[in-house]
Amino acid sequence: MTLLAVERIKLFSTRSPWWCMALAMVITIGMAALISANTDDRFPLTVSVSQGFSNFGMVVIMVMAALAVTTEYRFGTIRATFLAVPGRVQALLAKTAVVALLAGVVGEAVAFGSWGIGTLIKPDADMAINSSAEWRNVAGTGLVFALAAVLAVAVGVLVRQTAGAVAILLVYTMLVESLIGLIPTLGQKIQRWLPFQNSTNFQTAGNESFMNETGGLDYPFGPWGSLVYFAAICVGLLVVALVVAKRRDA
Amino acid sequence: MIEAAGLTKHYGTTVAVDDLSFTVEAGRVTGFLGPNGAGKSTTMRMILGLDTPNKGRALIDGKPYVELKRPLGTVGALLDAKWVHPNRSARSHLRWLAKSNHISYQRVDEVLEMVGLTAVAHRNAGGFSLGMAQRLGIAGALLGDPSVLLFDEPVNGLDPEGIVWIRQFMHRLAGEGRTVLVSSHLLSEMAQTAQDLIVIGRGKLIAQTSTDQFIKDATEDSVRVRSPHADKLRELLDGSAAVTDDAVDGALVVHGMDPASIGELAAANGVVLHELSPTRGSLEEAFMQLTKESVEYHGA
Repeated sequence: MTLLAVERIKLFSTRSPWWCMALAMVITIGMAALISANTDDRFPLTVSVSQGFSNFGMVVIMVMAALAVTTEYRFGTIRATFLAVPGRVQALLAKTAVVALLAGVVGEAVAFGSWGIGTLIKPDADMAINSSAEWRNVAGTGLVFALAAVLAVAVGVLVRQTAGAVAILLVYTMLVESLIGLIPTLGQKIQRWLPFQNSTNFQTAGNESFMNETGGLDYPFGPWGSLVYFAAICVGLLVVALVVAKRRDA
Repeated sequence: MIEAAGLTKHYGTTVAVDDLSFTVEAGRVTGFLGPNGAGKSTTMRMILGLDTPNKGRALIDGKPYVELKRPLGTVGALLDAKWVHPNRSARSHLRWLAKSNHISYQRVDEVLEMVGLTAVAHRNAGGFSLGMAQRLGIAGALLGDPSVLLFDEPVNGLDPEGIVWIRQFMHRLAGEGRTVLVSSHLLSEMAQTAQDLIVIGRGKLIAQTSTDQFIKDATEDSVRVRSPHADKLRELLDGSAAVTDDAVDGALVVHGMDPASIGELAAANGVVLHELSPTRGSLEEAFMQLTKESVEYHGA
């Protein structure tokens, strides 16, 4: 508990996490407002449509999570941390927990904010969250954000440099996963095993709309299986990062 | 008390610290002296568990650092004053440190007062001058009221007032019975700060001794003599002292005989003296002499 409090103080006594959280919400909810305002009978607003931009927020939160680690390396406070808490694994786990919890809260705020702004802009649209698939699409966002933050922390610990870590995360999530699908025949076979394709499957399975046409990806798992698979990758990378941090000279 | 036994650290094929053993006693300021790149910082990082030695170990009060339960309560360290987040206030910086070792926030205000930063505690550490940053670092080291303190080059870049302040502070800490290890590459600084010295060069121990003894051994007394009968004096001194010529003004430099004896010898033989002045070898010269072999980077 003490270590969680320490990491909470560290995170909130600088400004960048506040900026990242605000940015994640403004971008995602703003995009949701924009698309809600432009829906019509041909492209109707649904719960799923309002959630279409959650990846924007997720990427910003991943940047925040990576920064929480890389700035510590950049300014040497990670060494001050390891001096105060020689158990490096515990210290880094506490940091991961605080960052992931915060990411989860932001994820929920983003999801319900996007849904809320849609209902405000188009009060007549069918925005009732009825089915379990719709609940998964909205409330599941927090889970995905939290796990994505774990992955970003792991990348931050491994790479240690802000520019490198952020570049890897952005290029991977925004480009690599979608571009791999363009490789003839093989592409989609690889793609269905990629982590963020599976996190998307968890959020959108059973929620098809004009925003996310079913890409024909034949996922190896159902929505919850996809989430477990995504979680396993995030936690697995974290374990690797913790082992490396424990062995490496600080 | 700090004990290092056979500490060795390689970086690739470079040996940074080579089978280094020493002890640092409580109640004294011990200087850790060596040229830049001698391995002082690496050694301190190994003592503090940040770097893992390839061989050997370092113990603090009989335990490796990583096994200390509340490390800040046993060891306070200032390795780099820049190890603070520039956008975090001085007080927040100390508060997270305090929290991690169950130290009260009241103690945070106490150490801020002790180092004279109370008035600027709310300001971001990034805007601090080097002197203020050093004070903040010292405040962090003192947070847990530790019995062992390590400072890496604490006076580097400080103004004279700051240097005097740190020097007095260390003496006070040692006077309270604490173990204080201070590294520096300046012997003249250490001569005024440290009672004991550990001298290293290229990662190897050169000497561990009291500062007074080190200076006495390292600096040799000599006497400058100018005389119109220099040749006669040289003959008289021959056998009982070593005589060399000062390259600049041709004066005789006599080693191994005190000024009184030289004067008496000259008077007894009717030799006129124009100058008879004892000189002390400079500390820096002696230090350079000692570590010459072990300096890593030579100028062209």
